[in-house]
Order: sequence, then structure tokens, then C-alpha cells
Amino acid sequence: MTSQTQPDDKSADSTRATEMLSGAAMVIRALADEGVEYLYGYPGGAVLHIYDALFQQNKVKHVLVRHEQAATHMADAYARASGKAGVVLVTSGPGATNAVTGIATAYMDSIPMVVLTGQVMSHLIGGDAFQETDMLGISRPICKHNMSVRRPEDIPYLIKKAFHIAQTGRPGPVVLDIPKDMTMPNQQFPYRYPAEINLRSYQPKQQGHSGQIKKAVTALLAAKKPVLYAGGGVIMGGASQELTELAQLLNLPVTNTLMGLGAYPADDKQFIGMLGMHGSYEANQTMHHADVILAVGARFDDRVTNNTKKFCPDATIIHIDIDPASISKTVNAHIPIVGLVQPVLSNMLALLKQKKKKLDSAALEAWWQQIAQWRSVHGGRYDTSAPLLKPQYVIEQVSKITKGEAYVCSDVGQHQMFAAQYYKFNKPNRWINSGGLGTMGFGLPAAMGVKLNYPDADVVCVTGEGSIQMNIQELSTCKQYGLGVKIINLNNGYLGMVKQWQDMNYESRYASSYMDSLPDFVKLAEAYGHVGIRVTTPEELQPALERAFALKDQLVFLDIHIDPKEHVYPMQVPGGAMNDMFLSKTERT
Amino acid sequence: MRHIISVLLENESGALARLVGLFAQRGYNIDSLNVAATEDPTLSRLTLVTHGNDQVIEQISKQLHKLIEVVKVSDISEAAHIERELMLVKVKAGGNQREEVKRCADIFRGQIIDVTPATYTIQLVGTSDKLDAFIQALGSTPIMEVVRSGASGIARGEKTLAL
Repeated sequence: MTSQTQPDDKSADSTRATEMLSGAAMVIRALADEGVEYLYGYPGGAVLHIYDALFQQNKVKHVLVRHEQAATHMADAYARASGKAGVVLVTSGPGATNAVTGIATAYMDSIPMVVLTGQVMSHLIGGDAFQETDMLGISRPICKHNMSVRRPEDIPYLIKKAFHIAQTGRPGPVVLDIPKDMTMPNQQFPYRYPAEINLRSYQPKQQGHSGQIKKAVTALLAAKKPVLYAGGGVIMGGASQELTELAQLLNLPVTNTLMGLGAYPADDKQFIGMLGMHGSYEANQTMHHADVILAVGARFDDRVTNNTKKFCPDATIIHIDIDPASISKTVNAHIPIVGLVQPVLSNMLALLKQKKKKLDSAALEAWWQQIAQWRSVHGGRYDTSAPLLKPQYVIEQVSKITKGEAYVCSDVGQHQMFAAQYYKFNKPNRWINSGGLGTMGFGLPAAMGVKLNYPDADVVCVTGEGSIQMNIQELSTCKQYGLGVKIINLNNGYLGMVKQWQDMNYESRYASSYMDSLPDFVKLAEAYGHVGIRVTTPEELQPALERAFALKDQLVFLDIHIDPKEHVYPMQVPGGAMNDMFLSKTERT
Repeated sequence: MRHIISVLLENESGALARLVGLFAQRGYNIDSLNVAATEDPTLSRLTLVTHGNDQVIEQISKQLHKLIEVVKVSDISEAAHIERELMLVKVKAGGNQREEVKRCADIFRGQIIDVTPATYTIQLVGTSDKLDAFIQALGSTPIMEVVRSGASGIARGEKTLAL
């Protein structure tokens, strides 16, 4: 995925006097040699030698969070924004278990991350020692790979291996468990950081099969009702440019998944919106009626397909993905192409340009007319008659004031869907959300991770009063590192998505979805040394946003009181086809 | 459908746990499993018997491939192959039954490898089906203990699963 560090000069390397370092110093030195600028973490007994080594150098900077989960989300969000692995350092036992949710979050969204967890002394492992947990066992099903250090001299190799596995193929988090005795400061070993690594058992495919690519191009050119369905793989695979070029060359309608938002510019006329459970009416209709679907770096998730038995009955499916296991997992692919999306799309483009053929223009014109008709049915409308502030309106205003260029880091719930639907993402890597795991508490630390690494950019945390309280303690970290994140707290006093389901399926019995005794968020922000602004009417919104974004370096907590009755629409009807949708509280397809 | 899947695996700690965990996490079946180091001590050979429809078997194979320590995967039951399983059976063999058990073991080409005045321990090698059939054939003979290794397998002809 990202380019590997190349050996600068191997011969010079071997003649250089071998440096002797302790295991602890090797950990930090290897990170520096890997080009790591920030390490997110929290100290504790098992990693104290490593923290001491960290203190004695200035290449790798450490960010002290208030809870280990936040460290993982910061590293994860940095990876989502930059494409490079984020790095976490936590202690054994509770430090490691607190990191678990963040590791699972990164795993579900295929985000490269290296997590260094402390462990008790080797001779104590298995004896229920203080702060001992089997982190290899715990993390096994939620990471791409995990390893433990058995000999201190292996540390440079294992760290290189961790980065290699995390960043290549289908990316993902890698956990490296480091027993305390591997880092003793008084024991030194020769240090050499490997320039590259080659594993016989792990050789991820790069290029797609040329025969399959030819078949795909032929199928695409024969399409009368095509659609391009692009997912997070296009973002992490750095292929937005190729995707956009291909779509525009053939005049294809494009829909992005929740993870793929920004892969194709939202302002472009060929963009038909997000698809799936809360996708646009036109995107879901287009998918359902398509005769050829070109799926790129997307995995036919259940939140996209709805009932797979009724999924897109007439479509020939071309599926490009780096992970062979994602192909034909839930929906059968007729033309599978395994490989990195960037070179595969490049090859397709080259072939198309060489063939100089286009799709049947009359058929395509009719298809676009049909799509235009679908667009006119719903078109992202929402009720604007009520005097209360609408969450959709808030997001639209945030999108306008930031010109669709902010990094938008979202928590999980209704606000996440409103942000996905109403913020105009025109660039990749700008929409940062927990799509697969749906981790509440992700938003604020994610925004912090991005702001730290992109201090000049506008970084917005879209959240709700439920999610924000899952990592509210990080307001303290923001103060320590001067992280001027703008928090858009869409406060409706309810766990909105839970409430929506209770409205729709449980006759509005709000079992534990009402948040009584909420804090005064303005005072809370001020208590942490930040600026808090409360917004309760539509008129107050614009001036509040202007003030917030003018305060460049300050964290501003906008507590925005919105209509508590609002639902997210469209919404697919459970068990139905792609195009079976509720369009409002009273309409369905 | 029953499938015999052979895996070459890095002989590293945690590799087997990861592989077995995959089956548990994703709800795949393991009917039998055996594993040991090969002539190359850095590699383990694992034979796993499972069942499922074509789609499940394809996913099993792909998911196994994704594990970092898995070097090669082959569904050897897809082509001509040889399958063997070892079974040790301890049975009550006294009085009239003693001769009948011996005869039955002979028919199945089993070997009696331990003897007491009241018991026989029989060793039998063959396909899993053959071992099942032997247990059936023992009929009313009281079985005291059965130990089975799970199937091992290898492709026929020149085809190999090796580095």
C-alpha cells in the first residue's frame, strides 16, 4: 500500500560499526528509523523501560492520552488521514485490554496500526502475575497478526515485520507483545534495522490478473445500465484519482460506501450519493436496476446489500479487491479481480484508452434520465417546517463553512449518518468514522489524531451527547497538546439511533435510550480550559459556527440542541432488496 | 460434503491457536485435526477434515490463506488422494468373544498390539470410513476405549504440497 523504506546503501550499512542498544532503546530507535513521528500511549509498569528510553531521545514524540482506547483511535485516525500506520504503546493487563476496542475498530475497517503492548516478565507469564493478561489470545481474532518478543535482539526485526504486515496487502492492526525483561536497560544487543522484509508465508498480490481485467473491461463496455460502487479500499489504496478518471471517461454513475466517501467528489454530477441502509434513494435504485456493477475496494457489507437473496437481480458483478476472501463472500462475483485497486484501475484505464470504445451512448443517456428521475423523488430532502434546529441543516452549514475540505471525524449514531449524507466530501481521507465496528467514543480521539498531524487543517468532530461522553476525558489531552478541534455535538437528549429503531420497531418504548441528567457541556468544556458555545435556535447557528472556526487554535465545543424527533432517512426496509426503503416517517417505496 | 484440507504452516508458537481460532470465530466445522512438524523443522503439516457446501469450503480456504503463518493450503479431497487414519481400540475379549474379536481384527487387517487375559488392544489403519466399519463390525463386543488420530492425507501421483 504505502511505499516501503528502501535500503539507502546496504554495503555502507554493513561496514558501519554495530551499535549496541538495550531492548527498550531498540523499540524507540526502530520506530524512529521507520519514520514514526508520534506515539500515542499511556505508561505503566511493564513498559517503564521503554518510556525511559523514549524520554532520552527527541525523534519520536509521545502523546499522553487519558484512556488507552483514545490512543488507539488517535493512531487509527492518523492512519486513515495519511495512509501510514499509526503507533500505540500501552502497558500490560488493563492498559492492553483498554486498547482492545480500538484495535477491533481498526481491524474492521482495515486500518494499518502497530500496537506495542507491555507484558509481564517472561518467567512470570502464565502464572497470573500482577497486570498479566494473555494479550496475544485476546487480540487474536481482532488483529491482522500478533507476535511476541522472545529475545531482545529480535526487536528491530519484529517491529519491521509488524509495519510490513500492517501496511501491505489488506491493511490492518498488528499487535506486538513485549515482556518487560526484553527491555532491560542494562542488557545491550547489536542493533540493525532491516531495510526490507520478505516472508515466505505472506506474499500479498499486487497486480490484477490481466485476463480478468480484459474480461472486466469487455463487460463494462457492453453495459447499458452500469454503476460504479466504490468503498474504503479506494481510499486506503490511494486510487481516488484513477477511480475518478475511469468514471468520467465512461460517464458512469458513482456511489460510495460509508467507508468510501470522498473516493469520488460529492459535488460532481456523476455522484449519486452513498448507498446502503441509509443511502440515497437514487443510489439504491441505481444499484438495484443496474446490469453491470463495478465494485472497487468494497466488500458487499450487510449494511449495503440488505437481503443478499434480493440483491441486484440483473447485475453482472465485477469485483476488484486486494483480499480474495472478500470476493464472493456474501454476494457472488462474476468477474473477480484480486489485486491492489490502484494498479488494477490503471490497467483498466490503459486498456480502455487503447480500445477507444465507449458505452452505448443512447442506452447510457436513457439510464442517466432514469437516475435523474430517481433523484427528484427524495433528493435528501428533510422537514424544514419545524421551529427546532434540524441536524441535517447543521451538517449542511458545517459543510459550507469548511467548503467541504475539513477532516470530519464522526462518532457513531444518527449524527454519523447525517454527516455522511449531508457533508460534501470532495477529497479522499477526509471522512473518518468507525464504519465496521461502529464504535461510540471514536470521534473525539480520532479528531485529535488528525489535528495533531495536520495542525493547519480544519478538523471537526461530529458527535452526539451519547458518544461524546464515551471519551469525554480526552478534552484534557486536547488542552495539554493544544488541539483546536471543533466539536459539533448534535444534542437531542436521546441515543438517537436506538430511539429511531424503538420508534420504528418497538412502538416508541424508549428502553434506556433517554439520557437524563446530562452535563452542562458548555461549562464542562470551560472546566477543561476550552471554549463552549450553546446553540438552541436556527438563528444562533451561523454566528456560532463562524466564531468557532475563527478561533483557529482553540478547541470549541458547540453544544447544539436539535429536534429530538428527527429520524435518518432514507432507510432500507429490513429483509428487503436494495431499493426497498422508508423515505420518511410516513412514506415507503 | 466432507473435505480434507492440508495446510503447511510455519512451526511457530501461536500459529496453531490462530488457525483453530479461525474455525471457531467463523463458525466452520472441524471434524478432525492432526498436526506435526515435517522433515523441515520450521514447517508443520496439518490435516483438517471439515464439511460444508462449496461456498463455505472456498471461504475456509481463503481465510486460511490470509493467516500470516500459513504457507500453503490444499483441498486434497478435490483430486485423487490417499487418506489414512490410525485407531487404537481396547475391547473386552474373554471367553467365546476372544476368538471372534481376533477374527474380526484379521479381516480388517488390524493388529493386536496389547493383550491381557480379559482384553485386546487393536491397532487399525485405514480411511476413516474403514475405521467406522470396524467399530460396527465389533458388534456386541464391549468397547472399553477408542483413540483415533484423525485423518492424514496426501495427493496421489507426483503432485505435492511442499515449498
